[in-house]
Amino acid sequence: MALIELTGIERVFQLGDSEVHALTALDLSIGAGEYVAVMGPSGSGKSTLLNLLGLLDRPNAGTYRLEGRDVTTLSPDEQARVRSERIGFVFQSFHLVPRLTAAENIALPMTLAGIPVKERNVRVARALSGFGLENRADHRPDQLSGGQRQRVAIARATIMQPALILADEPTGNLDRHTGEEVVNLLEALNASGVTLVVVTHDQAMGARARRQLVMEDGRLKHDSGQPAHAPA
Amino acid sequence: MRLPDILRFARDAATGYPMRTTLSVLAMSIGVAAVVILTALGDGARRYVVGQFSSIGTNLVIVLPGRSGTGGFNPANAITTTPRDLTVDDAAALHRASAVSRLAPLTVGTSEISFGGRLREIIVAGSTSDFIPIRNFEVAQGRGLPEEDWNRGSSVAVIGSKIREELFGNEPAVGQLIRVGDRRLRIVGVLKPVGQGLGMNTDELVIVPVSLAQAMFNSNTLFRILVEAKSREAIPEAKEQVMEILKQRHRGEEDVTVITQDAVLATFDKLLGALTLGVAGIAAISLAVAGILVMNVMLVAVTQRTGEIGLLKALGATARTIRLAFLAEAAMLSTVGAVVGYLLGQLGAFGLRQAFPVFPAYPPDWAVIAGLSTALITGLLFGVMPARRAARLDPVQALMKH
Repeated sequence: MALIELTGIERVFQLGDSEVHALTALDLSIGAGEYVAVMGPSGSGKSTLLNLLGLLDRPNAGTYRLEGRDVTTLSPDEQARVRSERIGFVFQSFHLVPRLTAAENIALPMTLAGIPVKERNVRVARALSGFGLENRADHRPDQLSGGQRQRVAIARATIMQPALILADEPTGNLDRHTGEEVVNLLEALNASGVTLVVVTHDQAMGARARRQLVMEDGRLKHDSGQPAHAPA
Repeated sequence: MRLPDILRFARDAATGYPMRTTLSVLAMSIGVAAVVILTALGDGARRYVVGQFSSIGTNLVIVLPGRSGTGGFNPANAITTTPRDLTVDDAAALHRASAVSRLAPLTVGTSEISFGGRLREIIVAGSTSDFIPIRNFEVAQGRGLPEEDWNRGSSVAVIGSKIREELFGNEPAVGQLIRVGDRRLRIVGVLKPVGQGLGMNTDELVIVPVSLAQAMFNSNTLFRILVEAKSREAIPEAKEQVMEILKQRHRGEEDVTVITQDAVLATFDKLLGALTLGVAGIAAISLAVAGILVMNVMLVAVTQRTGEIGLLKALGATARTIRLAFLAEAAMLSTVGAVVGYLLGQLGAFGLRQAFPVFPAYPPDWAVIAGLSTALITGLLFGVMPARRAARLDPVQALMKH
């Protein structure tokens, strides 16, 4: 069974009088544990696709099945729960809460999910050491380098042990060297079984993914490979 | 999200923007402090007046010549006199009333006192021996007026402490002969200083036997009859009896007004209580303004933290969690503001009491409770709208604003 199954997805934005088709008749299937890069020019629908996959946005038509469950019809609160438990986000601009320390930022999804403090502390300590941030636990984001910030963000994305990580230009704000580090981290996570979907402009980074999707005008222009377990 | 986490999150959010937080806390605290101080002033005035009124005597029933139209207390009656006669014999007849323990007729006029070449304008109160105890005055030196036939009137006087000071300085006053108007009187007693009481400054009063005063002012009329009831419960009965006796003596005509101290007290109490309430209402407006300010601050917070709200949503926060977090922040701002305001208000009331020791400027409990709860409720109420706006933000749009 595929982790993600999109069938006939349409997403239309109303811009003044004109309708913009951000996604048109999109069918896509991504298996568990895949490493997928989504590429394409600006305005091709990459981000819209990522938002849909992350349940931050709803399609106008079509169905989205996540782990076999139709998530398009869920209530906002149920979707929030799915995001909390199954999906981790990594953003281009990190999106750390500036007044919280690195440890608190990492713990934020657990705090929101109502996980007890004890359990939180154990998991944050493990994440901090796992991402080489032991000495940065009490630093606020503005006291961290870009690479450290993105590592905190990745630690936050994985702290709930999601099935799917969605990364939107994760290296966009980093220099080549730190970007490389971050990609290695994400790939290591993928190697441990987490499905990874990366939106990127960077051809080199896209090429490292095992499967490339190229978007254009809201359509899937090129798909480098079918998932291992294609739907029947 | 667990409650302690929500509270901690809200606290961090509030302290993350110190300027904004300080300003809204300040606004709220000024509102609460205004309520506390203004009601302390209003209630202090009430207590002051009631205290002054109570000090004129205990269980007093006051008889005035002239009929008041409604029978209720009309402040004009306390000030003006009507030319209907109320005589010393009328007063003496009241001894028959069973609910009356003692009474004193009172006639008042102005005159001059002179001693050793010093001359001074004074108020002369003509009364009897019971006047001083009924009015709760105390004699500092000598004694009060003698017990004697009310129509006789020996040539004696009891003087107020200020007059003693001005005329005699450090010399002993008791036993001295003074001149009041065209009479020579011997001082038999000096009153203890009490200060202002019902517009009549007792420290500048000269008390003489009632018949002497009437002779001095060439009049048979009494200004008042002060009647003391046997107990608080006996006041209505005493009033009844006094009315009945005087009616009989005045050929069935009800041409006097009998007011009770209780009624007067209750009137003043009500009047000044209403004043306090009005002042509290005005102060409450500042609380509402503070509430609106908290709302503004929270709306700004929502705008400022749009990106953060989008992030929280992406991380799995439900609309309810976000609503609660923002409401908690608003509640915190107003709670801290209310507490700070309460302390400021108490401090202000304390300052007032220090500056004016005679003025009992204590805020009433109801005002403190109402002020605090209004602050909290407006804070919460005005926090609801920003919180809902935050919860309704579209996560995609919100995330782009970071």
